[in-house]
Amino acid sequence: MKKSSNHIDKDNVVVTIRDLYKSFGENHVLRGVDLDIYQGETLVVLGRSGTGKSVLIKIMAGLLKQDTGMMKVLGQEVDKLSVKELDALRLKIGFSFQHSALYDSMTVGENLAFPLQRHNKTLSAAEVNKAVQQVLEAVGLAKAIHQLPAELSGGQRKRIGIARTLIMQPAIMLYDEPTAGLDPITSMDINNLINKVQEQYHTTSVVITHDLTCAKVVGDRIAILLEGQFAHIGAFETVVENTTDPQVQSFYDYNFID
Amino acid sequence: MRVKSKKSGKQVFSRQLDAFFMDIYAIGQFTGRFFKEAFLPPYEWKEIIRQCYMVGYKSLALVSVTSFVTGIVFTKQSRPSLAEFGATSWLPSLVAIAIIRALAPLVTALIAAGKVGSNIGAELGSMRVTEQIEAMEVSAVNPFRYLVVTRVMATTFMLPLLMLYMALIAMMGAYLNVHQNEQTSLVSFFENAFEQISFLDIFSSTFKSLIFGFTIGIVGCYKGYYTTQGTQGVGKAANSAVVISMFLIFIEEIIIVQVVNWFRI
Repeated sequence: MKKSSNHIDKDNVVVTIRDLYKSFGENHVLRGVDLDIYQGETLVVLGRSGTGKSVLIKIMAGLLKQDTGMMKVLGQEVDKLSVKELDALRLKIGFSFQHSALYDSMTVGENLAFPLQRHNKTLSAAEVNKAVQQVLEAVGLAKAIHQLPAELSGGQRKRIGIARTLIMQPAIMLYDEPTAGLDPITSMDINNLINKVQEQYHTTSVVITHDLTCAKVVGDRIAILLEGQFAHIGAFETVVENTTDPQVQSFYDYNFID
Repeated sequence: MRVKSKKSGKQVFSRQLDAFFMDIYAIGQFTGRFFKEAFLPPYEWKEIIRQCYMVGYKSLALVSVTSFVTGIVFTKQSRPSLAEFGATSWLPSLVAIAIIRALAPLVTALIAAGKVGSNIGAELGSMRVTEQIEAMEVSAVNPFRYLVVTRVMATTFMLPLLMLYMALIAMMGAYLNVHQNEQTSLVSFFENAFEQISFLDIFSSTFKSLIFGFTIGIVGCYKGYYTTQGTQGVGKAANSAVVISMFLIFIEEIIIVQVVNWFRI
């Protein structure tokens, strides 16, 4: 089930995080985060709810600004970019939201075509349709094109959310809790889809989760966020299964795995 | 004990008043952003037209019924007072003045605040809490321009049209009542009605509707765009969009009427 790690280019760092701090009032969420993410790898950020995992990827996508520290994505410091530069960077980033965030008033096809049509005004309707069909086939939901998001199941919505980001062929995929609220079988389908996307589109992926099965199946490296910092970074077997840290141990014990 | 509860009541009121005026200030800033974004390309013509359809066409049924009933009832209620002085022949012009100068812009605005304003507040609010607005941002689409500018333009352009439509239907309702009682023909009813109506009346009502439409759009969008507290916040956004819009509409009505009266003199 687990993919190989030969696709990782360790000489090419796509995301650099240095001494990153972020607080919301008195709640100090990130307290000096340091991390490098390599081209082609899938990094899983594990941590309990409210530890700032989602905040981290929102800073990566420029949805939030850090208080201090550096967040460099594809060689550009995100908080120092102009609106135009940030938009250009965002076109290279795919963000799959926890609740999919599909546009309720649009059909699946329109949801997928929306970003494509806006950024490629020269594309004909036939070309847009072809691209939509391609990504829908990639996520295994070709027949859902005319359905509204409200008519889809949770797992299908996640797939369409991923498809919507894939249509722009991003270099980096950010997944916010991709298996949250899904049954184990649908969760496994989503895990396999994340691996498939990584292989087919050669993306670098950051997966935010507290689902250890997901972490084990998709992660090349696991980064464990404890008290606002990455306490452990490494392979799943090292930092989770054979950990001596009691906090990680208890996290592991409460998850059903294998 | 009683003194204590009085004090806390005062504090609650002052806090609510503070929050209200902070809201008005924030709406002012939001309006500034609207003008900054509205005139920059790319223009969202397709979405503006779709929103015009949603605001204008979808409100027609409610506006039709309300205006027709308003016309009939206003005429019916005014008749006995005029009849006392034997002045029922003034009914068409009285009704026309009331409808065109005051009722049509105000009633249309109140209907739109209730129907369109709450709809915008709830729609954008639910988009905010389900992260659809963030999804737009990360797809490098400017959500302010796509969601806010289009809706505000639609309410601004559509409200004057709805107001004129409402005035026409209300006059038809009034005609029905007058015709039933005095057997007046349609042509002579409208001739009588428009005798006292000047260009300034129609212009000021149209201008008022533009302002009311802008207010409804901007307040609805502001409340929806900055919704917090999940689904509960969506309900609050819809509700306060209506309350604040109506409050501002009444203030604007008073100011515009004063200004127009200076011109009239």
